[in-house]
Amino acid sequence: MILIIEQILNGLQLGVMLFLMAAGLTLVFGIMNLVNLAHGALYMVGAYLATYFFQATGSFVLGVALALAGTLAVGILTELVALRTLYERDHLDQVLATFGLILIFNELIAMLWGRAAIYSALPEYLQGHLEIAAGLRYPLYRLLIIVVGLAVAAALWYVVVRTRLGMLIRAGASNRTMVAALGINIRLLYTVVFGFGAALAGLAGIMAGPIYAVQPGMGELVLIQVFVVIVVGGIGSIRGALAGALIVGLVDTLGRAFLKPFLATVTTPSAADAAGPALASMLIYLLMAVVLALRPEGLFASRG
Amino acid sequence: MKPSPRTLVLFAVLALLAAVPTLAAAFNQPFYLDLFRRIMIFAIAAASLNLILGYGGMVSFGHAAYLGIGAYAVGVLAHHGIHNGWLQWAVAIGGSALVALVIGAVSIRTSGIYFIMITLAFTQMLYYMGISIEEYGGDDGIRVAKLSQFEGLIDLANPTAFYYVVLALLAVVLLLVHRLVNSRFGMVIRAAKSNDARTRAIGFSPYPYRLAAFVIAGAICGLAGALLVNQTAYLTPEFMNWTRSGELMFMVILGGIGTTAGPLFGAAALLLLEDLLQGWSLLPKLVHNFWQFYLGIVLVLVVLFAKRGLAGLLRGSKDGADG
Repeated sequence: MILIIEQILNGLQLGVMLFLMAAGLTLVFGIMNLVNLAHGALYMVGAYLATYFFQATGSFVLGVALALAGTLAVGILTELVALRTLYERDHLDQVLATFGLILIFNELIAMLWGRAAIYSALPEYLQGHLEIAAGLRYPLYRLLIIVVGLAVAAALWYVVVRTRLGMLIRAGASNRTMVAALGINIRLLYTVVFGFGAALAGLAGIMAGPIYAVQPGMGELVLIQVFVVIVVGGIGSIRGALAGALIVGLVDTLGRAFLKPFLATVTTPSAADAAGPALASMLIYLLMAVVLALRPEGLFASRG
Repeated sequence: MKPSPRTLVLFAVLALLAAVPTLAAAFNQPFYLDLFRRIMIFAIAAASLNLILGYGGMVSFGHAAYLGIGAYAVGVLAHHGIHNGWLQWAVAIGGSALVALVIGAVSIRTSGIYFIMITLAFTQMLYYMGISIEEYGGDDGIRVAKLSQFEGLIDLANPTAFYYVVLALLAVVLLLVHRLVNSRFGMVIRAAKSNDARTRAIGFSPYPYRLAAFVIAGAICGLAGALLVNQTAYLTPEFMNWTRSGELMFMVILGGIGTTAGPLFGAAALLLLEDLLQGWSLLPKLVHNFWQFYLGIVLVLVVLFAKRGLAGLLRGSKDGADG
């Protein structure tokens, strides 16, 4: 039972990280109609900057703040220099150009920090465990990720549903031509939304640093999972991104933890040994295929 | 019918390719035999992607899947002691076609971003499957000790013989794709690309045509996978890595999307560029170490400024989608 709760928490933790990535990406998809493969690169930039600034300043909080600002700057710069010209192009051009950007970002990072994974430390006050229930001790830092993630989700909900900026974002996701026709500076809105998404991706990377490997290419591993999240949730929908992220996070984590023992009860242990890990790593893609077959627009399609 | 300048260029290039083994032997540079064989194998894969991407408008971001299925068909059979090349290649082609049928049947119901994502996701699924099957090497891969055997006909262990097999198959595939896109079937595919609604209005349902093209493309790419694993003599899930799908797309764009010879030019241009960046002694070591950085810059520049690729240079100012 304790193991199950622990794995559910792990799933939640993965889920909120995926959500931070997916929120920005789904808005960029929904509003600018841009397939941005380089979103994962911003996650990587966030992780590297946080590690670097924490070492340089000695303060974790300051390191996080500087890394967040740095990722925001890199994101806005990328939008202004390269991505801006891609909004009017077709998806094929966008995929290829942002694929090129991935190569550029990964190699730049490798030039600066090398190809090997770098060690990203935690301050002492975040290293302990917290006893949530009798016999259940859970790492404090992972709990913090869950809390931060859920807080960001709540703040995002407030911004998107209750503010003027959010109204513009929602309007842009459902009909951007109309928003431009109503006299809104759509270029500026694009840059703001992109910067917003970049900062969120950076935040995910910053928090990922101490628990996953910080190395060039780390963004692409999570990026493809984020695509699954967005497609499951429905492109352009923040609500869908949250639901999709939690579903994907839980399915992936629980699948990896329990599929093998579960299979062992229905087949022979050796068959479960062989099939379990393979099936567990394929599970979220199967989920995506099923969702698309039943609801091609995702669970929470934003466009009617 | 008078052959167009581009057709003549294609024939000239194929003739040059036929001369490569002789030239490589004359200059004692067997490396080039290997390089050009690799280029032609990727040209076959790119030509199959061009069929659905260039002519069908289906932006498949998972074409490396079939490269992998073809490679695994040969590698797995060889691992279990079955070396008959006819059987291996038939399983490679048939298996890829079958997988393409399943993936296509689901994916083609969607379009736009969803199509890109779902083809990518299916390929990732196969990639992780390859990684997690320890029996066939997991993520390390395994050596394929004995190449496909064609008793009494041809010995692939002979580099020159293998080279001409690949060249012949490339010519057949380019001809096949050319005939296909200019047939009635190809007309429907291209019509559905330019306007789905009008295609329906004149009485064609695009879905079965698209699916058929998708399956044919998968089958051809499976053949390329079978050739590739014979080329490397090593089976690895990296054949299915998503960056490989990106490279195939780039080859199609670089050579000139929706043209007969484009995939060959694109494969040659990309692989030669990669080879130069990695090993050309005139470039500083800094370039060799971070060659993908420069490749990325070329990629972005080509997409932004040279949309019609290398074949576009030959086409001049005339614009026309037909190959």
